[in-house]
Amino acid sequence: MKRQQANKLAVGIISAVAALVVIPIMLVIVFIIVRGISAISWEFLTAAPRQGMTEGGIMPAILGTVILTFGTFIACIPLAIGAAIYLAEYAGDNRLTHWVRLAIVNLAGIPSIVYGLFGLGAFVLFLGLGTSIIAGSLTLGIMTLPVVISTAEEAILAVPQRFRTVSLSLGATRWQTIRHQVLPQALPGIITGVILGLSRAAGETAPILFTVAAFYLPQLPHSMLDQTMALPYHLYVISTQVPGMPLSIQYGTALVLLLIVLSLTLVATIVRTSMRRRREW
Amino acid sequence: MSGTPKQDFGLFSNVLPSTRLRWKGRVEFVIEYLIRFAGLSTILIVGLIFYFLLREGTAAFLDIPLRQLFGNRWYPIEDFFGIWPLIVGSILVTIGAVIIALPLGLTTAIYLGEFAPQWQREILKPLIEVLAGIPSIVLGFLGWVALAPIIQQMGAPTGLTIFTGSLILAYMSLPTIISISEDALYAVPKGFRDGALAIGATQWQTTWRVILPAARSGLVIAVMLGIGRAIGETMAVMMVTGNAANIPVLGPDMIFQPVRTMTATIAAEMGEVAQGSLHYSVLFWIGIVLFVITFGINSLAGRLMGTQAGRRRKGQL
Repeated sequence: MKRQQANKLAVGIISAVAALVVIPIMLVIVFIIVRGISAISWEFLTAAPRQGMTEGGIMPAILGTVILTFGTFIACIPLAIGAAIYLAEYAGDNRLTHWVRLAIVNLAGIPSIVYGLFGLGAFVLFLGLGTSIIAGSLTLGIMTLPVVISTAEEAILAVPQRFRTVSLSLGATRWQTIRHQVLPQALPGIITGVILGLSRAAGETAPILFTVAAFYLPQLPHSMLDQTMALPYHLYVISTQVPGMPLSIQYGTALVLLLIVLSLTLVATIVRTSMRRRREW
Repeated sequence: MSGTPKQDFGLFSNVLPSTRLRWKGRVEFVIEYLIRFAGLSTILIVGLIFYFLLREGTAAFLDIPLRQLFGNRWYPIEDFFGIWPLIVGSILVTIGAVIIALPLGLTTAIYLGEFAPQWQREILKPLIEVLAGIPSIVLGFLGWVALAPIIQQMGAPTGLTIFTGSLILAYMSLPTIISISEDALYAVPKGFRDGALAIGATQWQTTWRVILPAARSGLVIAVMLGIGRAIGETMAVMMVTGNAANIPVLGPDMIFQPVRTMTATIAAEMGEVAQGSLHYSVLFWIGIVLFVITFGINSLAGRLMGTQAGRRRKGQL
């Protein structure tokens, strides 16, 4: 049967192409682990860079990334959760809602370097915050909005309608229903979205280039108005801007960054799976 | 301490219940107001982003004639601010990425949606999520230290070329393309599939002649969002495309020439310009061009998504 042979051939080719996508991903991760693991030591993780960054560790950069991620969290959460609740519970099927959705699609599509320009124009210069942790966090926070809004909205919409109906029928107001019935049920899904959004923010370089990142700053920041080093930018600096950088330090830095970002992704996945298992509906 | 036990109203225990209710109603009013504001603020933010780009970038097209702004010489030291080579650079790298990513992404989505057994799906999907999670700087770094030397060994004059950039960009836009096309395939009603199989079509015939045509509008959206992602990518592209602001000569070895993209130009030069200088505002002008391009692509994709959802509601898909 010619048809069957064609079918077999097609399936074979399709599987091969899928492998072409998957195998490089695994290679990339294995490669970075293998090349970077030798650089990782207690000193590498806890010491400041020395000798023009060719020796010592990357602690200020790690800490900077942690601070920025936390700042992103603070900057992004209230607005993102609010917008998600609005879309899921309040928005009618009208023109305004259509525009809000269009705005979110567009926010998700704006290049990260344009967010960097916006942060420079709005926070660093217009609000006079200077290149600071606060300016960087706000920029990253706004960039993270669309990811968190979409996942949180999905989580809220997934809560069955009967939870709302019952609560309303018992005399609870709309907000009481959302606050005490819908949000607790949607919480794991919202947390997943938040962590995923933060993992993106932690790995971003372009938005922090002009808003917070310091080329070399061995001491830790003292306030929210200070600059800070950050892992992604540090990786960029040591791989392209500093000649004679030992490769092991470069791979080590890449590995630490990758581990931070991927462990956040992993946590998000675990929260999601355990949520699906424990769900009462 | 006699009479009925005092009822506890918490924070508002000293006010009358009726006042308390009114108070509570007011708090609720404020909260709902804030939620509405949060929703509408997304529109405001898009507006603000555009406003601040304009604010810093207007000087560029007030002081430089448009002809020159779209000219084909980018040489800021001598005040040549033609962004045409940068636009061409961005377009070439993006086209290359799409040519690589489209077949890979669509085929993987088809495999995941139609052919892969459940256990493979459970491995592949998280792996693709991992790919989406790898920071662009890490992929750029790998392209710089590992991929570029390989490409140079293959005979290219330099390892930092359009092709290197396209290859890395392709993998970066794969998660977007795969997940959206998979949704599109998934949205094809089960009856289509069952019907085709029931009249004796093979799995491949069903996919090729029935599922793909039915899902095509979703697939178009996937490609568009993939392009939008690729054109805005910055760090990886900056590290691996060689950053030469010239227009490559047309020819078969064109893909092995270095270029410089719009995004890379902003990232590389903003740190060195004086605030308020012409060069500075031209960089913002490039930002405006990027914003407008991605805004166009995403709005169109958003519209298509809207009409697609509408059709599905009406049961026409």
